[in-house]
Amino acid sequence: MESFTNRKKVVSDKPMTFIEKLYLPAIFSGMMITMKHILTRKKTIKYPEEIRVFAPVYRGQHVLKRDEEGRENCTACGLCAVACPAEAITMVADERKRGEENLYREEKYASTYEINMLRCIFCGLCEEACPKEAIFLTDRIVPTEFERANFIYGKDKLVESMEDRIDISLRQNTGKRGAI
Amino acid sequence: MDTALLIEKFSLVVIVFLISLGVAAYSTYFERKLAAWIQDRIGPDRAGPFGLLQPIADGVKMFMKEDFIPKNSDKWLFIIGPGISMFTALITSTIIPWGPPIEIFGRQIELQIADFNIGILFIFGVVSIGVYGIMIGGWASNNKYSLFGAIRASSQMISYELAMGISLITIILLTGSLSLTDIVKSQHGMNWNIFYQPVCFLIFFICSLAETNRAPFDLAECESELVGGYHTEYSSMKLGLFLFAEYVSMFISSALMAILFFGGYNFPGMDYFDGNTLAILGVLAFFTKTFLFIFVFMWIRWTIPRFRFDQLMHLGWKTLIPAAIINMLITAIVIAFHKGWF
Amino acid sequence: MILELISIILGGMTIGSALMVILSKHPIRSVLYLVITFFFISGHFILMNAQFIAIVNIIVYAGAIMVLFLFVLMLLNLNKVDEKKTNHPISFTAVIAGGALLLVILAALKDGITFTNTIVKSDVGLVENLGTLLFSKYVVPFEISSILFISAMVGAVLLAKREKQHID
Repeated sequence: MESFTNRKKVVSDKPMTFIEKLYLPAIFSGMMITMKHILTRKKTIKYPEEIRVFAPVYRGQHVLKRDEEGRENCTACGLCAVACPAEAITMVADERKRGEENLYREEKYASTYEINMLRCIFCGLCEEACPKEAIFLTDRIVPTEFERANFIYGKDKLVESMEDRIDISLRQNTGKRGAI
Repeated sequence: MDTALLIEKFSLVVIVFLISLGVAAYSTYFERKLAAWIQDRIGPDRAGPFGLLQPIADGVKMFMKEDFIPKNSDKWLFIIGPGISMFTALITSTIIPWGPPIEIFGRQIELQIADFNIGILFIFGVVSIGVYGIMIGGWASNNKYSLFGAIRASSQMISYELAMGISLITIILLTGSLSLTDIVKSQHGMNWNIFYQPVCFLIFFICSLAETNRAPFDLAECESELVGGYHTEYSSMKLGLFLFAEYVSMFISSALMAILFFGGYNFPGMDYFDGNTLAILGVLAFFTKTFLFIFVFMWIRWTIPRFRFDQLMHLGWKTLIPAAIINMLITAIVIAFHKGWF
Repeated sequence: MILELISIILGGMTIGSALMVILSKHPIRSVLYLVITFFFISGHFILMNAQFIAIVNIIVYAGAIMVLFLFVLMLLNLNKVDEKKTNHPISFTAVIAGGALLLVILAALKDGITFTNTIVKSDVGLVENLGTLLFSKYVVPFEISSILFISAMVGAVLLAKREKQHID
């Protein structure tokens, strides 16, 4: 058969020559290979001191964004929950009351919004499904916990605070739908 | 009895003991580092600067572990086993000449604990007893894997002792003495035995790899087949002693190779120095050579895969012993010619 | 004085460990006591200034032959269950045979044995003297024993070697 690569090696079982039978040259060349590895620079990143730069498309812990005036983007449409293949997202919708206009951007909002981080597979489909640019996956890592219950993240952990806004400007889905 | 001599020898014993243990402890650290470097990692670096306190952490860990003795084991032999291993590993250091005589407080002090006139035979004796630690430990554990490890270790050691002994006869022939001091003195300056006996060195080197149970001859503790070999059932510091004995014997056999083939404390240009300067430089030269061999030991361990048992026996009996005998005969004939016996 | 004391203590320990070889129930313990006995005997050789013989005793007996003994015993896996009940007539005949052998040895050696408490200091046991002695005065027995060893070796190899199987 015609070979498509030059990686093919013809295996032969011809008897070994005397030099080959001594094994010493082979051993020596092997030792040289390991010596080369001793002298190469190591690519290890020492984690707590050095932190690896994440790719801009890295899909980590979710964030529920607010707009420039600090109002929550989410309108509890439920598209993210429908899109979620792991069924990790649940929410309860509620109507915006008078006087809450500075809290929620539209008339409907999510009074509870929970993501089960143990179920979540970080596929990013919720981010793609969201018509309001409310949910994004970020480069943050979900911390470990000892209790299962602690992995169900409510709005207290998901919604960003205005003092400490989360930068999502590098995300692929940002600004695609031209939301306000 | 000379009190000063007693004090001198006693302090030398303590120093040699501490050095052996210290070198062994830091070879565990260095082994891990080297293994990491060969595998493109960086190795232990958390305990202290560059991870230099790692051996201490390991030691503390070993002591803290539960000391477990299996129910159906032979309790006394189970305890004695690691002790014998450690003892035989350490006892060889008594006859090693560590350097030229040094002068302290106006006394000429030989840097050697005991100068036997049968030094090399003493080494063989100790090496041949070294099997007992592994055998007793492996058998007393009452475990199939341990027994297999013990049996492998003993048959391997008996096989390789022969080639080792025959190869060393050439060195005895060259020097005309069994004493290690005489062997070192005969290699004054750069007149090292390696230049006369490269084949002998190769045989001796392979045999000492086998005698110290290091890879590629670590069939006795072969993890992939025998779980842990003879130390499967061991835990805590008893296991620590077994593992540590391996490093001590590696240090001692590196020292022996430096003495027998690379001139011990001799170094080129040693005639320009005398007195304590020579002694210190000699000790430094000796330790440099020894550490180089320890490095080669580890380098080989992380490069070459383990032998299969039949390959091991084939190498020992059908390759090394004939090679050693032929080498011995040729050397003997050449020496006889040289002395005009024909 | 000190040397004599040491030799007496060493002698007692030698006999004690030799007795333990016979008395201990477990075969592997017996072998280990035998190894210890060899060490004590080497100690005696060292006291007699025969380091070469002492160390060769350790290398050959303790280091090689006893390891093979242990090797075989470990593989046999002798348990108490397997142990056969001692047959009284057989042990009786064994005692008689052993006693007869002892008598013969005593009769042969009765002129040689002198009960002295001093340690004979000689240089015969040193390597060089022993070598010259072996290759001059005792050269014929030495060579004959080496032939004996070779013949034993050849015999062992012949026994161990199976006949070549013919595969059609």
